[in-house]
Amino acid sequence: MTEVWFVAVAVLGALIVLTLVRLLIGPTAPDRVVALDTVNTLTVASMIVLSVAYEQTVFVDVAIVYALLSFVGTLYIAKYLGGEISA
Amino acid sequence: MLNTLALIFIAIGLFFMVVGAVGLIRLPDFYTRAHASGKCDTLGEGMMLVGFILFEGMTLIAVKLLLLVIFIFITSPTAVHSLVNVAHSRNIAPWKKGEERQ
Repeated sequence: MTEVWFVAVAVLGALIVLTLVRLLIGPTAPDRVVALDTVNTLTVASMIVLSVAYEQTVFVDVAIVYALLSFVGTLYIAKYLGGEISA
Repeated sequence: MLNTLALIFIAIGLFFMVVGAVGLIRLPDFYTRAHASGKCDTLGEGMMLVGFILFEGMTLIAVKLLLLVIFIFITSPTAVHSLVNVAHSRNIAPWKKGEERQ
């Protein structure tokens, strides 16, 4: 059963690399931020898969905190790009 | 039986995540890319977490995963919506047929 989880993590890792391409070449700033948001989502998913693979329940709590912080980060960058927050 | 159902859910979730990432690379302008990322990732991650809830059964971890599903279904579209709002206010033009891909 464990091999299935590692295959899933490998697929998610390949998707993260694919999304990082868009993060590097994205022509506008919002493009890059959307790519970063997708990387965060994929990271949360791979944390959950790894928590099942290694039977470490602590990883789920880490994934919850990571999802919360990534949402706040994306929203803050969006506000900054919109000019509502001055650096 | 329940494990098979969980594996099917996780496979469907992975499929949607693959579609979202390919759309993020392939689609021509910002708005279509935000559409691919915002919808496919939300549904893909939700499906994967529902699969893991079925796999775990009635435990504390399942409750935490359910809370994470609800949280992601609220926040992921909100983040992408605010980014599209910013792109619209910065006058990023949508792609039209026949134009060069951005």
